[in-house]
Amino acid sequence: MKLIVTDRNGTVHELKGRDDWSAMEVIRDANLPMAAECGGACACATCHVYVAEAWLERLPQAQQQEVDMLDFGVAVQDNSRLACQIRLTEKLDGLELTLAPESL
Amino acid sequence: MSITVAPPGSEHTTDVVIIGAGPTGLFAVFELGLLDLKAHLIDILDRPGGQCTELYPEKPIYDIPALVEVTGQGLTDRLLDQIKPFNATYHLGQMAERLEKAGNGWTVTTDAGTRITARCIVIAAGGGSFTPKRPPIAGIEAYEGKSVFYAVRKMDTFRDRTLVIAGGGDSALDWTLNLQPLVRKLTLLHHRDGFRAAPDSVNKMRALVAEGKMEFIVANIKALQGADGALGGIVLNNKERGDFTVPCDALLPFFGLTMKLGPVANFGINLHENLIPVDTGTFESSVPGIFAIGDINTYPGKLKLILSGFHEGALMAQQAFRYCRPEEKLRFQYTTSSSSLQKKLGVA
Repeated sequence: MKLIVTDRNGTVHELKGRDDWSAMEVIRDANLPMAAECGGACACATCHVYVAEAWLERLPQAQQQEVDMLDFGVAVQDNSRLACQIRLTEKLDGLELTLAPESL
Repeated sequence: MSITVAPPGSEHTTDVVIIGAGPTGLFAVFELGLLDLKAHLIDILDRPGGQCTELYPEKPIYDIPALVEVTGQGLTDRLLDQIKPFNATYHLGQMAERLEKAGNGWTVTTDAGTRITARCIVIAAGGGSFTPKRPPIAGIEAYEGKSVFYAVRKMDTFRDRTLVIAGGGDSALDWTLNLQPLVRKLTLLHHRDGFRAAPDSVNKMRALVAEGKMEFIVANIKALQGADGALGGIVLNNKERGDFTVPCDALLPFFGLTMKLGPVANFGINLHENLIPVDTGTFESSVPGIFAIGDINTYPGKLKLILSGFHEGALMAQQAFRYCRPEEKLRFQYTTSSSSLQKKLGVA
């Protein structure tokens, strides 16, 4: 499966997704700039991504903990998610994400 | 848990200064203490524990040897208990700002004016200093410290101002409630009509809105307007209204904390991608007498695990002893069998 990630310079990266990995883990493993400070505990909002419109409905809904933690994201939009909470499956083959801006 | 906290601005001399009071820094106190080395800890947070207490105090950790399950706060409490016999001095809510050579040791100065002189420095700063997130809005730097603030040092700064508070956590809601009586006009701004903050604070805020004492707007910040650091208004955007401007002369964004390396970058030690390369025999940096342990260091095979930080602290202490007590012979002992170690621990 593939994960299509646009970085903050607009460069598009095609990453090899792995079943059961989180999107954050795949992005971090590819050395793209993502702080992911808490390491996937849904406790920091530094793995903030925007989900492409076409994929929004196809992702499982965010749990309340993720919705709350997004209050600590900067530049949050309606299509904001935390990459550590997106668990990859074959159904998400081709998922398109954009890295959200970070704190200055 | 009672710990010895020194007043800001005080001066001290000790064996080792540890920058960072997370689990790695705390356990280093234990390993240094077994060798009779005294330690002072500096941390930017107002309590020990680092990421464990700041990011996940209630989340269980399962990979601490012999602790099947322990929360971030639980681990911190146990470490504080374990290092209690060594009576370390804590300098909390302070950032280690400057490092200068002092004789054959170093003097660390904090942003609160505390000065500590020691033979060795141990950097156990994890991912760096916890600092408020700064929203990536074009030109915001020009307003920071004049009309954009990330903390409330003196409430009076906001008296009679037209204030916008942005965010949905406890800081945003608490300061909304505290500052509302003081300011000319208050607007709370959040990206959704829902809050991470305590429900009680949210209810109080909604009551103030209902009484017409403040405004709550669901929108995102698009741009700042003003000149020479003086904010005149904020351009907001939401689905219903598109772009619109809210006049204001002060903005308080509260989006939680992030970790920045900070002044450690200017300490004169070699860095590699914001990490400190170390010798894995001693956990010493490129500068003799300055060590780096825990998440902030790097070496072949490094794993950012709490247990790695514990191991690194033990080896660091051996080398620190050689610097601090050059005339003494380092004696390797076990706590199970050494009566002198047991005396230090207060169990013999």
